[in-house]
Amino acid sequence: MSTSTALIVAGAFLASAVEMVEAVTIVIGVGVVRGWRSPLIGAGAATLALAVLVAALGPALTVIPIHVLRLVVGALLLAFGLQWLRKAVLRAGGWMAQRDEGVAFLREQEQAAAAGTEERAGLDWYAFTVAFKGVLLEGLEVVFIVISFGSAQGELGPAAAGAAVAVVLVGLAGVLVRGPLERVPENTLKYAVGLLLTSFGCFWAAEGAGVDWPGDELSLPVLIAFLALVSFLIVQALRRRPVPLPSGAGA
Amino acid sequence: MRYVRAFGRFWWDFVVGDDWRVAVGIALAIGLTSLLTHKGVNAWWMLPVAVALLLAGAVWRPRKA
Repeated sequence: MSTSTALIVAGAFLASAVEMVEAVTIVIGVGVVRGWRSPLIGAGAATLALAVLVAALGPALTVIPIHVLRLVVGALLLAFGLQWLRKAVLRAGGWMAQRDEGVAFLREQEQAAAAGTEERAGLDWYAFTVAFKGVLLEGLEVVFIVISFGSAQGELGPAAAGAAVAVVLVGLAGVLVRGPLERVPENTLKYAVGLLLTSFGCFWAAEGAGVDWPGDELSLPVLIAFLALVSFLIVQALRRRPVPLPSGAGA
Repeated sequence: MRYVRAFGRFWWDFVVGDDWRVAVGIALAIGLTSLLTHKGVNAWWMLPVAVALLLAGAVWRPRKA
């Protein structure tokens, strides 16, 4: 397995794990209050829709010339990845509330308890739609990452496999715990995903613009290390003037 | 029309997020890289430097606010 393939699998796995933790919080939060059948059907339907999206869009993108694809995908990943990295740096520097699954879980339970009861197609419609939307919206980011990683490097299979393993592992953890997955170091994972997305975006966008990287794919780990160092220095600068922020369920 | 607007809003939030200046900065940096490359300069350093500056700028703005 080449360095870039290993990084692609790691990136897809970590991104998928982070988003799955948030999706599991929603599904379990609703399931504990309103019963399991409807939210589980909603989560399953959303997972199926996401799998169809990957299967349809992934191969379709292979007809686009690779340098155009890398330019577009790289630019999108850069914009998307920098959002993740920016929030992660602000959280690590104490300027944004840390994401707290326990708080998000309690909020989900309160909303589920307060919602009215409406039955459609034999399902608790509130529980079904909340679980469906939650899994679909969290999963769309994973689909975007898997498709962009897979298409830009011709590694759709490994990227999808990395994401699928995370879905299964976090799903199993959710089944076992039946509560918020608070022990998952979610904020650290988000930092790592932001770094990987930004680095891959930078690498592919530059290649799409016609750049020849020194050392070709070997420059990718160097790029990750460079951005890790830059973000670390920014975090240190932010920590010199910390702001007391309450722990919350930030996005 | 409502769905079209919602679809556009989704993609705007997804890609651009809450700081459009970062997206503009990325577009400019990629454009400059492409220009230099076509002039015969292998500007591999341009995007990493631009990303570092954009990140510092994007973090600095909420700090000032």
